[in-house]
Amino acid sequence: MPDLVIRGLDAHYGATPVLSGLDLHVESGATVGLIGPSGSGKSTILRTILGLLPPSRGEIVLDGRRVDYAKPAEVRALRERVAVVFQQYNLFQNMTVLQNVCITPVKIRGRPRREVEDEARRLLAKVGLADKLSSYPDQLSGGQQQRVAIARALALRPEILLLDEVTAALDPELVSEVLDTIRLLAREGMTMMIVSHEMGFIREVSSRVVFMADGRKVEEGPPARIFDAPQEARTQSFVSKILRH
Amino acid sequence: MFETILAEWPRFATLANAAFLARAAATTLALSAVGVVLGSLIGVAVAVAGRTRAGWLRPVRLLARLYTELFRRVPFLVTLMLTFYLVQASGVDLPLAVVAGVTVTLIAGAYLAEIVRAGLAAVHPNQWEAAATMNFTLLQTIRLVVLPQAWPLILPPSFGFFVMFIKDTALASQIGVIELTYAARVLNNKGFSATLSFGCVLVLYFALSYPLARLGARLETRLAGPRHPRP
Repeated sequence: MPDLVIRGLDAHYGATPVLSGLDLHVESGATVGLIGPSGSGKSTILRTILGLLPPSRGEIVLDGRRVDYAKPAEVRALRERVAVVFQQYNLFQNMTVLQNVCITPVKIRGRPRREVEDEARRLLAKVGLADKLSSYPDQLSGGQQQRVAIARALALRPEILLLDEVTAALDPELVSEVLDTIRLLAREGMTMMIVSHEMGFIREVSSRVVFMADGRKVEEGPPARIFDAPQEARTQSFVSKILRH
Repeated sequence: MFETILAEWPRFATLANAAFLARAAATTLALSAVGVVLGSLIGVAVAVAGRTRAGWLRPVRLLARLYTELFRRVPFLVTLMLTFYLVQASGVDLPLAVVAGVTVTLIAGAYLAEIVRAGLAAVHPNQWEAAATMNFTLLQTIRLVVLPQAWPLILPPSFGFFVMFIKDTALASQIGVIELTYAARVLNNKGFSATLSFGCVLVLYFALSYPLARLGARLETRLAGPRHPRP
């Protein structure tokens, strides 16, 4: 059972600080929603956890063991357990849908192809794409691509799934098909961190919501409290703006 | 002009001359093939080296950069002379053809490294990133994800370079390797008209490089032509 703890995390893009003194706990089975204005560092948290942006201070602890991001082996070990879905899907353009889902389990992890393909078909059926196995990413709509990306992440059998604004690049009518898929995962008890601007969705699906601003955690709590009775002025102003439209 | 060619043709069209030209064409072909094949391997290796990130590989990256920057900026003739005199100075007794082979390989490698580097760099960063988060190694990322997408960007300039490169092997004549250009000069010196000697070589150069250009066009449609490389 995964248990992810972030303590006193700082991160920088060059000289610009993007996260300061962040504390966060993602316990097994939790769905943690990250909200906040653009540039508040929500996506950066996910990138830092994955080692795409090494932390400059603080620590990330997975199951009681501090991850040393200077050691490639430790980053690899973490990436075996944590998967991510990107805002821009990042599907491999040279591969079909089925290949996109199967390539890592088969080529990188060495699982038997037949078994992986069966699982991939199941996953793709689950996200409603059973009939798109041999399509290429650029033949699919954004919503379909994003669901392939989710299936690809699930095929890695992650213990923790990070979702980075997965609906931000989608047409409004495609958003719901992706959200339905994520709802399903939350019901199944998948441990997730979700960065999103879909406030209604975050409120519904999260077990806990974290409001971020300027690279800091401003407030954290159950969705009802964050959205209905925020304690901090910064949160109040953000939430009231969101609710007004 | 045609009268002179017709007049000297019986004297020119001997078995000995034909064999001489054939050997010269074979040398040009061999130099080109060595340069294209080894140069491509070096080019890919150097381009890949440039994508490494590990701290301890920093010297390798610098060397790769230096190599491509240097050899693309130095005239071919200078590279040839430098190699020639370095080999002489080192006291190793290498045949001239080998010295020429080493030179053309060095030059082709540098140009192709730059073509491949640009091709890899043009693939969207999110493809590299996605592969990284799924624990692809650098080589797996390049082989499985990036190169298949980079072919359309790499192949056309590469074959453009190959075609240019075949004629640039004429350079080897400068150190006395008997390839096509040298052969033309020999025939010319033997008393055949320049028109005939060099015209003959022109046809042979064309015969060597045209099939290569056709191959390039075929590969382009196969690997890069349709929107997707179908598996």
